Amino acid sequence: MIEPVAAEDRRPPITPQLALRIALLGGFAFVLFAIIFFRLWYLQVLSGDQYLQQARDNRVREVRVQAPRGNVLDRNGDVLVENRAATVVQLDPEALPVAERDAAATWGQRVTARSKRPKGKRGPLVAIPPPATPQTEQRFTSLARVLGMSPRTIQERVVKSLAMLPYADITVKVDVDVPKRNYLVEQPERFPGVSVERRYLRRYPHGTLAAQLVGSIGEIDEQELKLKRFKGVPQGTVIGQAGLERAYDQYLRGVDGSTRIAIDALGRPKSTTQGRDPTPGRSVRTTLDGGVQETGEKYLRQVIEQGPGVAGGFVALDPRNGDVLGLGSYPTFKPSVLSRPLTQQMADRLYSDKFGAPLFNRAISGSYPTGSTFKPITALAAMSTGVVQPRDVIDDNGCIKIGANHEERCNAGHEALGPVNMTSALSKSSDVYFYTMGQRLNYLAGQPLQRWARRLGLGHSTGIDVPGEFGGTVPDRAWRDRLNAKEARCRKRVHRACGYADGTDRPWTEGDEVNLAVGQGDLQATPLQMAVAYATLANGTHRVRPHLGAAVEDAGGRLLQRIEPGTSKAVRFDPIARQTILDGLHDATVDGTSADVWKGWPQDRYPVFGKTGTAQRVNRPNDQSWYVCFVNDRARPIVVAVTVEDGGWGAEAAAPIARTIVSNWYREPIKFVAGKSHTR
Amino acid sequence: MPPPALTTPIRDVDDVPVAATARTAGLALPFDPLLLLAVVGLCAASLVTISGATADDVTGDPHYFVDRQAVYFVVGLVLAVVLARIDYSRLRATKYFAYGLLIASILAVQALGTVARGSRRAIDVGFFSFQASELGKVLLLVALSAFVVDRSRTLHHRDTTVRVMLLALIPAGLVIIQPDLGSGLVYVVIGLAVLFIAGAGWRHFAALFALGAVAVALTLVVAPKVGVTVLHGYQKDRLTAFLNPTDNPAKQGYQQNQSRIAIGSGEKTGRGDRATQTKYNFLPEHHTDFVFAVVGERWGFAGAAFVLSMYALLIWRGLRILTIAKNLFGALIAGGIVSMLLFQVFVNVGMTIGIMPITGIPLPLLSYGGSSVLTTFLAVGLLQSIYAQGRASAAIKGRGLAI
Repeated sequence: MIEPVAAEDRRPPITPQLALRIALLGGFAFVLFAIIFFRLWYLQVLSGDQYLQQARDNRVREVRVQAPRGNVLDRNGDVLVENRAATVVQLDPEALPVAERDAAATWGQRVTARSKRPKGKRGPLVAIPPPATPQTEQRFTSLARVLGMSPRTIQERVVKSLAMLPYADITVKVDVDVPKRNYLVEQPERFPGVSVERRYLRRYPHGTLAAQLVGSIGEIDEQELKLKRFKGVPQGTVIGQAGLERAYDQYLRGVDGSTRIAIDALGRPKSTTQGRDPTPGRSVRTTLDGGVQETGEKYLRQVIEQGPGVAGGFVALDPRNGDVLGLGSYPTFKPSVLSRPLTQQMADRLYSDKFGAPLFNRAISGSYPTGSTFKPITALAAMSTGVVQPRDVIDDNGCIKIGANHEERCNAGHEALGPVNMTSALSKSSDVYFYTMGQRLNYLAGQPLQRWARRLGLGHSTGIDVPGEFGGTVPDRAWRDRLNAKEARCRKRVHRACGYADGTDRPWTEGDEVNLAVGQGDLQATPLQMAVAYATLANGTHRVRPHLGAAVEDAGGRLLQRIEPGTSKAVRFDPIARQTILDGLHDATVDGTSADVWKGWPQDRYPVFGKTGTAQRVNRPNDQSWYVCFVNDRARPIVVAVTVEDGGWGAEAAAPIARTIVSNWYREPIKFVAGKSHTR
Repeated sequence: MPPPALTTPIRDVDDVPVAATARTAGLALPFDPLLLLAVVGLCAASLVTISGATADDVTGDPHYFVDRQAVYFVVGLVLAVVLARIDYSRLRATKYFAYGLLIASILAVQALGTVARGSRRAIDVGFFSFQASELGKVLLLVALSAFVVDRSRTLHHRDTTVRVMLLALIPAGLVIIQPDLGSGLVYVVIGLAVLFIAGAGWRHFAALFALGAVAVALTLVVAPKVGVTVLHGYQKDRLTAFLNPTDNPAKQGYQQNQSRIAIGSGEKTGRGDRATQTKYNFLPEHHTDFVFAVVGERWGFAGAAFVLSMYALLIWRGLRILTIAKNLFGALIAGGIVSMLLFQVFVNVGMTIGIMPITGIPLPLLSYGGSSVLTTFLAVGLLQSIYAQGRASAAIKGRGLAI
């Protein structure tokens, strides 16, 4: 039976209002769905390929495979720098707690703030904070135990690296041996965030040989990336930072390869595929001669260790083309220390004056007054301008009065050399003779002495192909005026002496020119510049541009490309003047200032032309010892310049070193003979 | 015997005793087949998607999430069938109980719940952690609808609007504190939907929106200035990050960015098993909140369109059921469910495609999660019940007239 229908149960008719609202709701739903559909269409159909690419990029991480750098060879093919594969232990900054990263950032800010304060008001060094959490400390301790280093060092490296490059992997230790490496790799869960990477380190088979020349390598930095010469070099590439590594980086640097690793969002590798193979760098053959280099360094070191010299440098060139046969500086260092993270102690040893700043290449960057080695230049200027004839005789009675104040200048030890002409003045190194030349040259228009000095390569850089060269100074009237003006401007501003000039506003005087005539006073020249000047004199036609790069070779030693030396500059000599000077320089080695140094040398086969120099320097305990010489052999000429800071007389310290270098070059028995000449 | 029929078909006819229930037995189909189709389609899509997306998630058990989701579906289906067979009108009587249970469960979660990812949303009941705010959606809807029906004579009064909104805002505020901003917003939407279907005046809505705007301004701008934390920093960041997701791709924008990349990379027909965004975990929450991105990546526009069509079908059937509801109570519930589903679908899908902020609202039926699945099935069961009752009532009426 059907129950009667209850009226209340009847379905209520839909009111117009409700109908409207349902329609609105439906319309609203329709609009929302339409929005979603259009958006999906846009994302998936219209720009899908772009997102697909992003998804692929997401998945694959490219890992750099370092390309081995090329070797650096000497002129005979002997290896100066090569590669060695080493294991580097790294720490992923993401695996460190945020507190640690914050602490490092704070430390970095404080260090920056401190360095902005004026010197003397900086306060104590900013201490490295301790590990931020006990867990971190625990991790560092266990890692340190494996690596055989102190947890403190790890924390220090972590903080420094985080402060400098917050997102880069932190290098904890370079060069870890195989068992340690395997131990770390086999237990990733015990060492979270620790990874090992194979990296090529530079190896120097000859230890300290040519340490300042070969230079160092390091990762390209922010500023370098912007340089034109590093255009297209990806971030993280290892490039040459100094010396030959820098100069010939474009050849030595290979092209890094890559491995593509598929990873998940947590960075866990899923699979590996080989991407690009690395292209190894090419080798660079240099003009250096291993024997010359080694001999020069050995005897320079010996002289300095015996004292009183403290530091020095030498350069050996081929006077015909500027090939650098040897170029060294002492104190020196092991270049291998630069391939590892520097400790503060190590950095001090390399940079501070207390240890003689071994990184400083005195052969190209050390500029000093040259003493009497400058005299051939004065001779050239004097004879070319006609202020003196080669045979003119001047009576050297030991002293001479100079300038308006009649200041007296004398030879070393007031020694009177008697009547001297140009040849004997050079051979005996008569100061009085060249003081006179200075007096005469000072009144000529256009300052010919300075012009000749510049013509032979002083006062401006020689253009050698390694970075860091100093240009030196050839003082002249305009230079003096410039300094006086600068001093005056500076004093007006700070109301105290600035040190550019003495403040008396003294103009260029005869005394200045006389000083320059004997290589004293404000003259500043590097051993390399002196070698270039003498090379010009030796070849008689052109000023060479010294260079170290000779050729680019592939790994098998096949020549790929010759490195062309820079153009040399033609210099025209008066033949008689040049011959007079050569006579004087040769006499000096036979019966002049360096005669005893060359005792026993086969002068008939290899006639030597040489000049000693003993330069007085203010605020130094001893004179600067100089010697520059050349052998104008037809087949294998050589020019050598040596200087020893605080070394004393030129014949005592510098000249014997030069002889050993020349001996090595001509395969003559090496004799170290210290000269006794006490002339400048 | 019930009192004799009244002739005025005014809306207070809903005041029927619970006992007077129409029989549904005589109907050819005691449920809406299209609605069932939409639900089954979505469940199937969910299982296929989750099985593909989570194969690598639990080591040694590639079916971990699929198996559980399947169990939730079966349980949900049973609940829905049971609910569809009883007359929803009986639930009117449970309004105090429903509302009380809603508040009590939220408070219980606050007191006893387990903390997951910084928010306390669920009570662990052994085999499954129960998320009270999900079930609360249905409870609130039933309670509010019943309340509105009680006041059916004063529907246009400002009083009713205010009370309904307050009743919705109290639990909304409580869950936002948990913090579960998404559910809180759903509660507000349910309140608004009930008022909308009940016929609250346009001016009331205008006033509500104005108040809402002021409240948003206060929480986002004024409160931080005076030092009161209403929204957690991350919530605010998430809410605003979608405006420019590339600003900070590593943080707030990350999920949204990865999600967009996943969907976009699906192109027309999807990447299938080469869907790396999911496989290598670039896409976070790929089986829960961001499940739609997985669909988009694996099956492309085609897959996404299929899923959206199922939702469209669901919404359409919901609206249809709303029109055939036999009484105001049914209409309100149906309207509330439609609005709730529409809001969740739009906000969730919108979040994955970068046009809505990240609010942690699951995608109904597709997202993995027992509480959400069961709640949605309860809602579907209610819809089926309203359908069955409406059809039966119409049939009986028709027959009565025929007599």
